Amino acid sequence: MSLRATARITADADGGLPLLVGDGPLALRRTRAQGPYTRVTVVGAMSAPLGGDRLAIEAEVRDGARLLVDAAAATLALPGRSTEPAAYDVRISVGEEGVLRWLPEQLVSVHGSELRMRTTVELAATARLVLREEQILGRHGEPSGTLVTRLTVRRAGRPLLDQELAFGPGAPGGWDGGAVLGGHRATGQLLVVDPAFAVKPVDARPIGEHAVVTPLAGPAALVTAVAPDALVLRRLLDAALADLAPC
Amino acid sequence: MSRSALLVLADGRFPAGGHAHSGGAEAAVRAGRITDAAGLESFCRGRLHTTGLTSAALAAGAAHGLDPHGLDAAADARTPSPALRDAARRLGRQLMRAARATWPCPELDALAAAFPRGAHQPVVLGAAARAAGLGPEDAAHCVAYETVGGPATAVVRLLGLDPYQATAVLARLAPEMDRVAERAAAAARQGVDALPAASAPLLDITAEQHAAWPVRLFAS
Repeated sequence: MSLRATARITADADGGLPLLVGDGPLALRRTRAQGPYTRVTVVGAMSAPLGGDRLAIEAEVRDGARLLVDAAAATLALPGRSTEPAAYDVRISVGEEGVLRWLPEQLVSVHGSELRMRTTVELAATARLVLREEQILGRHGEPSGTLVTRLTVRRAGRPLLDQELAFGPGAPGGWDGGAVLGGHRATGQLLVVDPAFAVKPVDARPIGEHAVVTPLAGPAALVTAVAPDALVLRRLLDAALADLAPC
Repeated sequence: MSRSALLVLADGRFPAGGHAHSGGAEAAVRAGRITDAAGLESFCRGRLHTTGLTSAALAAGAAHGLDPHGLDAAADARTPSPALRDAARRLGRQLMRAARATWPCPELDALAAAFPRGAHQPVVLGAAARAAGLGPEDAAHCVAYETVGGPATAVVRLLGLDPYQATAVLARLAPEMDRVAERAAAAARQGVDALPAASAPLLDITAEQHAAWPVRLFAS
């Protein structure tokens, strides 16, 4: 039996959470604040999504609010009884002077699973964002499932970043070749949007051999990384996070 | 459509500067990710289904007559690497010069005036296709072909790969190029919000490294 669940978070400038509603496997907990951030932890997404499931998280960061969202565990895309792919939608909006740190755990594409993940972000002109995504292709030593992820970020109504990644047996050919992953089993992105970058953008620079920091066409920096596994990937992205957007 | 006009636009001898770019192949050869025809094929296949599809759809959109400002902004959002954004605009400028001389028309003049630093190359290519009386599929086919043709030619020079083998790689990819072009044109008809955004992490990572090399054979 496939399931549909939508969890909702709304954060206010006074630190309150007028809406904090988990649903199905997506349980939400208000956890101990970190610095100026109201903090919400997604717990219990461990066993989802299964094939056919349709999960969603909606987060609204209102004008002036500061929210940190993290997770208690990695998300595992698992095969289900349904032949339909699973869908996981994340819809985020951040208002004027709002700040969101969206730092979930890894998304692991388990052998035999098929997941389409879609993250859409609408940012006001003065909003700030830190967003991390990590795609891990298979648990240790197993082949990848099929994983398609799309990240679309608009700022002040204009496109800022739009990227789709597709890996695994159901993806178009060449995903494992020298142009896309080159045999790596983990890839990730760290996006930092800050109006301050409009005045002083980051310089494009490599981080080691398999990662790079680049200034986007708008006031934002993107770290793109590939790695042999989840651990090496996280180390890369953590170092970049500490450098680009310390708390 | 005129099949001959398509051949003129898609010809590697069309003076638009594309021969100076390897499409990421030079960096992949240096990193040992392309060492033979099989490696070239897998590189080209990955590039075709990622940046190839995305660029083909941008070109199809321009050929379809979508607003070039919206397309250019969409191209920027799909190109996180500043080295690749610069290369795309430089190539767009070069292609514009050639296209205006080849198929002069007010629409190309207006596009050139609106983007003095150059629009992204696929947007210009789509506009050039339109000026040549070609349609969205034609523009998408041009981009799909050049997405794999560029690296194949470059690898012949970089590795001394047998040119027969390189051409055989292109021929094997032909059915996939057709599918990518069809998909790109179909998406473009739905408008700018429906354009694909397929991307390739290694191409973005290595483009910046490559741009910093003191000596290189190709510009990108």
